[in-house]
Amino acid sequence: MEDFSLYVPLITVLAATWRMATPIIFAAIGAMFSEKAGVLNIGLEGIMLIGAFSGFAAAVHGAPIFVAFVFALLVGAVAGAIFGYLTVYLKTNQIVVGAAFNLLGLGITGFLYRVGDFGSSGIKISNPISIPFLADIPFVGPILFQHTPMVYLTLPLVFMAFFVLYRTAYGLNLRAAGDYPNALAAAGQSVNLHRFSAVVLGCSIVSVGGAFLTLSYTNQFVEGIVSGRGFMALAVIVFGRWTPLGIFGASLLFGLFFALQLFLQTISDAAIPYQAFQAMPYVLTIVVLVLVGGRSNAPKFLTVPFQR
Amino acid sequence: MRYAETIKSLGAPVLAIAIALAFGALLIEVAGFSSVEAYSEMWTGIFGSMRNFSEVLLKATPLILIGAGLAISFRSGVWNIGAEGQFYAGGMVAAVVALQMEGVNAWISIPVILIAASLAGAFWGGIAGFLRARYGASEIVTTIMLNYVAIILTSYLVTGPLMEAQGLFPQSDRFPQETQLPRILSGTRLNIGIYIAIIAAIVSWYIISQSRRGFSMRAVGASPDAARYAGINVNKNIIYSISYSGALAGLAASIELIGVTKRLFQTISPGYGFEGIAVALLANNNPLGAIFSGALFGALRSGAEIMQIGAGVPSVLIFIIQGLVIISVITLGTIRAYRKLRPED
Repeated sequence: MEDFSLYVPLITVLAATWRMATPIIFAAIGAMFSEKAGVLNIGLEGIMLIGAFSGFAAAVHGAPIFVAFVFALLVGAVAGAIFGYLTVYLKTNQIVVGAAFNLLGLGITGFLYRVGDFGSSGIKISNPISIPFLADIPFVGPILFQHTPMVYLTLPLVFMAFFVLYRTAYGLNLRAAGDYPNALAAAGQSVNLHRFSAVVLGCSIVSVGGAFLTLSYTNQFVEGIVSGRGFMALAVIVFGRWTPLGIFGASLLFGLFFALQLFLQTISDAAIPYQAFQAMPYVLTIVVLVLVGGRSNAPKFLTVPFQR
Repeated sequence: MRYAETIKSLGAPVLAIAIALAFGALLIEVAGFSSVEAYSEMWTGIFGSMRNFSEVLLKATPLILIGAGLAISFRSGVWNIGAEGQFYAGGMVAAVVALQMEGVNAWISIPVILIAASLAGAFWGGIAGFLRARYGASEIVTTIMLNYVAIILTSYLVTGPLMEAQGLFPQSDRFPQETQLPRILSGTRLNIGIYIAIIAAIVSWYIISQSRRGFSMRAVGASPDAARYAGINVNKNIIYSISYSGALAGLAASIELIGVTKRLFQTISPGYGFEGIAVALLANNNPLGAIFSGALFGALRSGAEIMQIGAGVPSVLIFIIQGLVIISVITLGTIRAYRKLRPED
């Protein structure tokens, strides 16, 4: 360890940060739409698995990467429609349905993966795109400007989420569905329709986050590939206080911890056990929940079905 | 009258299971297998021999315990999604204590381990209960976070301080012989854990439906505001109920460890904590019902392994069946509630 330079590992860790954060950003922004409208989905893990698998299955069968992502998005929308129908229209308990979706996601993807023929060579995943000139800047270049398209796409995604929520009539209604459903209904708008559409839109984005794992991160589907990122997205929403920018920042912080613990695992005589960084996002989320007093910024009617 | 009610209340769960199994059969056929063969292999895996059936009961033990505990938590209106973490918390403490029990009489060592693990589970659940009661932090989020913290702590223990002396695998040393939970059927791994689970479920039923404490808990679950108005301490009941369910999850872990695995390792639970949610819901949050729904899910899990070997159908199918059972149960429940509300019925 004498002449062990920290420069290269630092770049590696920081470059991995945004990449690690990307699936969480997609999942959390998607779930935020649904939560803003008053529907809590703890089944993100299952939806992401479905997205990871459907994107992978499409790519194995020859679909170009872009088409595979669109396919994952559509499958996510279907899953969202089922979730939305059960929770919004049938008014079943959101937490229970979410728990069921996690089991279903695990079961359906695992089952199809084992009975189907997906080869073993994996797929050709999207290549990183180096932004001309910027990518050559020392230090900053590899950290910010040598990523796959989906990583860059998180920026317009966050902007789009902000714009839709706070600058459109639909966004206003959507937020009202979660905070003041009775006022929305009094204004002659359908609470259920706004909630349902938010769930469908949200699940599509969540599903794309899952597909990132098989189409841009690894080139294979592995059972349980999501490994907790869905739950982490739930934490990110709380941490980011239900705002797109907050979620983006919180995801990057979580991505940093993720990258750090992966890096520490490669060092045999690390002074800090890598599990310390692994646990950090979860502990921090609890701390934030306590500090902000839990529900202060959460949609007021989160998990409460609308009764006229 | 009550008898008829009981029969009626069985209708929805039985129908839910039938729907889930039918859908599972459809999937099996679509995938190109024979559903008859798959399910008959599963049947053999469950009832085919004394050994097979003992494995069913072995898998049912933690599910009954966790399901009975969660039933109480859910009835109190506390969404404990953290049984998995409480199981790991119990498992860690059980391992630490068990490893100290070399040469200690089994009559002392075993109860000490079981109690210590229950307390650990209660503590882990209690954290989330305290944070909700004191700071209003949603227990749904905190219990999920605490799941990961407990799993990561376990990973730290088995790769660090508790790693076996040989240093080969990320697991603890084997627990001393004195800690072995007594076996009840020769030639099988079945131990007294199943008795403990059934007794715990009966005690849980007594607490929630017959005791004063249970009445307060149910009142809090039905309407916290009304309970507060009636002079019930809502916060205390929230902490009690989640700690109680945590204790049973911790107890389940200690039984699993000193009864079956004999060591601590990273994946001591194949998702028992999440499956326990399904067990409680299928039992309509009745701890006595959890004995049966726990046995059913234990049977599915155990039978699916034989189904995979015999018929080639992947055993992950049971996750689909579990998910469908949950969705069918609550959808049927909603439809029934809706019918009750309609005046013309």
